[in-house]
Amino acid sequence: MSYLPYAVAAWICLVGIAGVATSKNLIHLAVCLTVTQSSSYVLLLSVGYVMHGVAPIFLGTKLGTPAVDPVVQALALTDIVVSVAVIGLILALALDAHRLSGTVDPDSLADISG
Amino acid sequence: MAVLGPALLGLGALFSWAIAGLPAFGDYRGPYGLVLNRVVVPLRHTTNVVMGTTFDVRGVDTMGEEFILYAAVIGVTLLLRDETRSRQAERRTRRLPSDAVRLLGVLMVGGGLLVGLWLMAFGYVTPGGGFQGGVLASGAILLLYVVGSHRDYRPFRDAHALDPLESLGAGGYVVVGLAALASGTAFLTNLFGLGTTGTLLSSGSIAVLNWASAIAVSCAMLLLFAEFLETYVVPLEPEDTAS
Amino acid sequence: MSWIPPLLVAIPLLAAAATAGLDHLTPEPVQDVLVVAASATTTALSFVLLWHAESREVVHWFGGWQPHHGIALGIDFAVGPLAAGMCAVIGIVVTLALLYSLTFLREAARLFDALMLVALGAMCGFAMSGDLFNLFVWLELMGVAAYALTGFQVERLGPVQGAINFAITNSLGGYLFAVGIALLYARTGALNLAQIGASLSHGTTGGLVIVAMTLLLCGFLVKGAIVPFHLWAADAYAVAPAPVCAVLGGVMTDIGLIGVARLYWTVFALPFGRDVGDVLLWLGLVTAVLAGTMAFLQRHLKRMLAYSVVCHIGIMLAGIGLLDSVGLAGAELMFLAHALLTAGLFFVAGIVHSDHGLIDELHLRGRGRGCWMPAFAWFAGSIGLIGTPYVGIYLGHGLIDEGATELGRPWVLALLWLGSALTGAALLRAGARIFLGWGDAEDSLLGKAVEEDPLERDVRRPLLVGTALVAVVLGIAISVVPGLGQRAQYAAERFRDTSGYAAQVLHGRAMPPPSSLPVSILHTSLESVLYATAASILAVALALVGLYRSRMPRVVSTAAERTLAPPVRLLHSLHSGVVGDYVTWVAVGTAVTGAAWALLLR
Repeated sequence: MSYLPYAVAAWICLVGIAGVATSKNLIHLAVCLTVTQSSSYVLLLSVGYVMHGVAPIFLGTKLGTPAVDPVVQALALTDIVVSVAVIGLILALALDAHRLSGTVDPDSLADISG
Repeated sequence: MAVLGPALLGLGALFSWAIAGLPAFGDYRGPYGLVLNRVVVPLRHTTNVVMGTTFDVRGVDTMGEEFILYAAVIGVTLLLRDETRSRQAERRTRRLPSDAVRLLGVLMVGGGLLVGLWLMAFGYVTPGGGFQGGVLASGAILLLYVVGSHRDYRPFRDAHALDPLESLGAGGYVVVGLAALASGTAFLTNLFGLGTTGTLLSSGSIAVLNWASAIAVSCAMLLLFAEFLETYVVPLEPEDTAS
Repeated sequence: MSWIPPLLVAIPLLAAAATAGLDHLTPEPVQDVLVVAASATTTALSFVLLWHAESREVVHWFGGWQPHHGIALGIDFAVGPLAAGMCAVIGIVVTLALLYSLTFLREAARLFDALMLVALGAMCGFAMSGDLFNLFVWLELMGVAAYALTGFQVERLGPVQGAINFAITNSLGGYLFAVGIALLYARTGALNLAQIGASLSHGTTGGLVIVAMTLLLCGFLVKGAIVPFHLWAADAYAVAPAPVCAVLGGVMTDIGLIGVARLYWTVFALPFGRDVGDVLLWLGLVTAVLAGTMAFLQRHLKRMLAYSVVCHIGIMLAGIGLLDSVGLAGAELMFLAHALLTAGLFFVAGIVHSDHGLIDELHLRGRGRGCWMPAFAWFAGSIGLIGTPYVGIYLGHGLIDEGATELGRPWVLALLWLGSALTGAALLRAGARIFLGWGDAEDSLLGKAVEEDPLERDVRRPLLVGTALVAVVLGIAISVVPGLGQRAQYAAERFRDTSGYAAQVLHGRAMPPPSSLPVSILHTSLESVLYATAASILAVALALVGLYRSRMPRVVSTAAERTLAPPVRLLHSLHSGVVGDYVTWVAVGTAVTGAAWALLLR
């Protein structure tokens, strides 16, 4: 079972991409995109895990106790903020699309093509 | 779609091949995290190594990240400007019918704010940080809208106050970095006094940057919530406004 | 001099924060001046940096976290002449775009300026960064600014749709990139590019590294609008305001390719060698020809320019894929010329749009008669983009040809020049129809018309025309700047020097300064001159055919219709405007390139 977290990350990524590609609703699509991104958090955090390691907070813990990797946590934090920013923009665009065309179905939004 | 299935299968095969080459879960060998866990506390007097990494060792990443949030708020304001043109009108919403739920909500607002502020203040000592605290505090304020009405939330979406504050947070981060540059060291070098490990007066510029990002994130989230709320909060009929 | 790199990021970002935050407190003219001043200062500083970077790599470790024993703890900006040159061109294009937008933007101007400055800072940061995750941060930052700017005209559905397609496709590319970072981090325990490269060059490389490389490079190729990841580009550039298109199409798309080159030569060059490049070369060739064809099939001016951008990106990727200094130098010079010329052409499209309220080539037929300066800018820009000998992109293209011939691949030249010719034909045809009134009034091959309302109203036209002329003239001149070719080659050599880069970044060992470089115009091979002339003639011929299709003999035209109509329909249907399809193609492209590298590199 020592590869399960990685398999979960891969599964989430693929499911998310499938969701984005087949979605019929922009709000649903934005959430699927967030799901795809969460696969990168799972992967980052699994990669940095130290078996039986404590959190990298050393208030009361002796320096030198095996702790998990703090770098991937910092990376995941940045990643989450990126996801918030992007989903905010996509939702705002979805609202605009609904106002202008009455629908949030990406397939029927094809005003421009070719 | 006939094309999507095989593509996903192909990606899945590639991922499986990659996973086979990964070290087993829990078997972290890389030097980066191990070194930081050893050196950040003595070098920067901050017991929360994650925040030490976020605001000092990899401080430039965080500066970029803050501006991502900043740019997203500007973007959302830009994109929803047609929707919010009539924001002069005061939007009333149905008040919650149950007093018990309202009471619980008010307690949650207070509790959330306190925990958020605590996370912000002690971010570099115990688990927490400017981002986490900022998101929680702004979420607690959003609860005001749910518990009360849009009118109660309105003071917290005043762009004239929030825009400069948010710029202060984001711009302040850059200014701290430039101050270090101006004094002859590298951009974002930790130049303030490092203080005593484990107390609030520690970590030097990490504390300052922590607060800068807390302010920037809280204001950004409040503005984001407000932009979206204003697009769909529906004014009530006059006879529904029972107070 | 190592204090300059952080300024190239800090000044635009600080100015952006100040612009948006002080919106209500300062008068408008003051804000206009501040915005342009911030952009111009950044440009000037990048030229200073370029001058210093020629003699040694300028390295800045943020926070003072210097590396120890080859382990990098902090984040660095490592700037050679190529990266500094990129920053300079980015600065010029953004400054011109800001000047252009000053003439007409009233509503939400401060927010627009703030986002443009953020994009400037992010692109400079991306060009200079030496850290894998830092590259991701700047990639996402420029993306966020770009998505919002694309959807600027929220009163119409087109911009909203274009922005949605852009945002979803590029974000997905970014997330694939993040997964690649995690994989590479697991393998090497480092995020610094030089350190990762050093770590990979020692151990074995298996599926993990190949898949990580696929995800990382495909993430950048989505940004760089390479086939099949390119579908968002035409939608986005068709609807964004002209100054935004100039920045997006001129520099932001190209910088994805610089990212690919940077990753290859710092991380993957030593373990994998040459085989990586063949896939990139083929992707570039397909992109060049396909996009050239699509450009010829457009009647919407900005969409045509979008496909022209994608075509030239393909040529640049082919140059990078040759994996030698000459090819990289060629891509570099093409970037310089292409950025300026494309910006100029987008400005002219904006001028035409604001003058007549129309953006469709057929509707605009003859309307541009008498507008001499925009016409001159358009035709000069088009010729520069074809690559007629010693004009515009010619020198860059010529160097790529030389690289391909040296590697025993002369057929590459034919395909690349074909792409140039097709794109050029489209641009010349449009120019002739609009500014000279030539050509038929209808053309069924070009599909149906879509009109847009111009953003530009009540403009200060001299400034609009001025920025277009400046951009085009600078772009044309690139091929004949004395000494530029040699410096580009030297910059490419430095960029490719993996071990030198690692030594400088991780151990502070400076590279030997260059011997003095000649200041003369670089000579290219006779083959390039011949191909370029042939391409120019072909472009003119195709343009005339496109203009006067109805006058061709009936036999020829019906035969042409029968053979060409089905593929044309297929191409149009593939570029459907539906974002789900685009995402599917991103998945397909990633899987196929991954499989290709897996087979080649195992």
